[in-house]
Amino acid sequence: MMSLDLFLQPEIFLVWTSVLKTLAILVVTLTLVAYSVWAERKVSAFIQDRVGPNRVGWAGLIQPIADGVKLLLKENFVPAGVNKFYFSIAPSLAMIPSLLVLAVLPFGSSLFGVPMVIADLQVGILWVFAVSSLGVYGIVLAGWASNSKYPFLGGIRSSSQMISYELSLGLSVIPVFMVTGTLNLSEIVQYQVENGWMIFPAWFQSGGGLLEITTDSGAMFGLSLERTLLWIPMMISFVVFMIAMFAETNRVPFDLPEAEQELVGGYHTEYSSMRFALFFLGEYAAMIAGAGVVVTLFLGGWSLPFIPDGSQGWFWGLVNIGTFFAKVAAIIFFFLWVRWTLPRFRFDQLMKLGWYVFFEVALINIFITAGILAYLQS
Amino acid sequence: MATVVSRPKLSLLERSYFPALLGGLFITIKHFTNMVFGKTKVTMQYPEQKWDSAMPDWYRGAPTLVTDEHGRERCVACQLCEFICPPRAITIKPGELPADNKWAKVEKYPKKFDIDMIRCIYCGLCEEVCPEQAIFLRKDYSITGLSRSEMVHDKAKLYELGGIRTGLVHKWNEKK
Repeated sequence: MMSLDLFLQPEIFLVWTSVLKTLAILVVTLTLVAYSVWAERKVSAFIQDRVGPNRVGWAGLIQPIADGVKLLLKENFVPAGVNKFYFSIAPSLAMIPSLLVLAVLPFGSSLFGVPMVIADLQVGILWVFAVSSLGVYGIVLAGWASNSKYPFLGGIRSSSQMISYELSLGLSVIPVFMVTGTLNLSEIVQYQVENGWMIFPAWFQSGGGLLEITTDSGAMFGLSLERTLLWIPMMISFVVFMIAMFAETNRVPFDLPEAEQELVGGYHTEYSSMRFALFFLGEYAAMIAGAGVVVTLFLGGWSLPFIPDGSQGWFWGLVNIGTFFAKVAAIIFFFLWVRWTLPRFRFDQLMKLGWYVFFEVALINIFITAGILAYLQS
Repeated sequence: MATVVSRPKLSLLERSYFPALLGGLFITIKHFTNMVFGKTKVTMQYPEQKWDSAMPDWYRGAPTLVTDEHGRERCVACQLCEFICPPRAITIKPGELPADNKWAKVEKYPKKFDIDMIRCIYCGLCEEVCPEQAIFLRKDYSITGLSRSEMVHDKAKLYELGGIRTGLVHKWNEKK
């Protein structure tokens, strides 16, 4: 009994639950990464009227494991003339930031009273931006350390692309914080549980409804005046944030650092084996982290309307976790769908879009939100 | 004469890129759903499905040696195929049939008959030139091997692939 008491002491409880959560989220994410590679191949095949991987396992489901084994067994070649130190750390620098982002995402409500977020930071989204923009260092260092022209061009493109999009990425979420009044991601999700999702504000708690249906439990379904007005800037935020996310994660149509048709693979041209795999997986991990951020900020995180949270029992806690990952999967599908639809932007078009359009739109959107909030408070 | 291509004047909506973007997304998702619901006709899944049944009679596959209805090997080692073979894939070592052999009046037989399937170009000249109708191109097209030596079809392999062929050449029959 002594040992059980020890495990339930607040500090120790926090430590071992955090370790468990970290391990769980790491395993789930890496599995998701592997299977989003599979999904990428399958979705691209289906969109192009092909069959896709279907040899290893049913519908090619064991393909990611076979790929992993192949990459592990390949020769880890280091070309002569590279800067060995930066060449070796660049892949890790590309992979790790996207995994760190996951630490602050609330991937569920609570399970047995334990909040389903690894680190419930007050700075929340600032951590996401701070860490995820470090990912560009991996790419730039890889491009620079490779001592080869194509990786170098890829690295340069990556940094200028990041500068163009980081601003609108940051500015586009400010309206969300103006509405919710917090940076803490768990609280943002809680706000959306009570007031409807940012892009679908169809239920609310306090009055002033334009159109409302009150259910037996007292929950109100419909549109409140306040939320309907705020819907407009939220949609603008959502669109700008999504597009900036595509650029941030180097996905088509903004995959200029890679651009295999022009740059022979861009920053990872000189990489092979596990180092290449780290870049490859890092890209998908960034995609998952990005999808997680989008879901948390705009799609109500783990919440579904009229589904109770984890305080109503472990079953609902698991449902919430499932909901979160289902939403992440949906966003990832959207990423893939866009990749196999749109051609790549030309470089000047991309910069123009970033600086002339999205930066301004995001900036104006902040003032629109401020105006609406001021109008609502008066 | 120079052709003047008129540039269409795009409206503001068209220039915003969004209608084209949504149109593109719609097209790709249509292909995706058609594929998911099995409406798309995809290419044949080769090793599982084969087109053997649809193969025409004149298909030129692997060259093989055949025996006649009496179990006699038709080849008389005249070496015409060896000489005509453009890539020189055929190697024949002729031998003399012993006097006590049932078919002694044929006089010659191939001691060794190799066709190098790495060299073979499936032209069918060997079949065309053969005076004994002993060599035929059959419908086997999937000739694989793990080494060069495995890709050389020897006499046993050639007869195994060729089988028995009854037909026109009767000049060696006993009664003739």
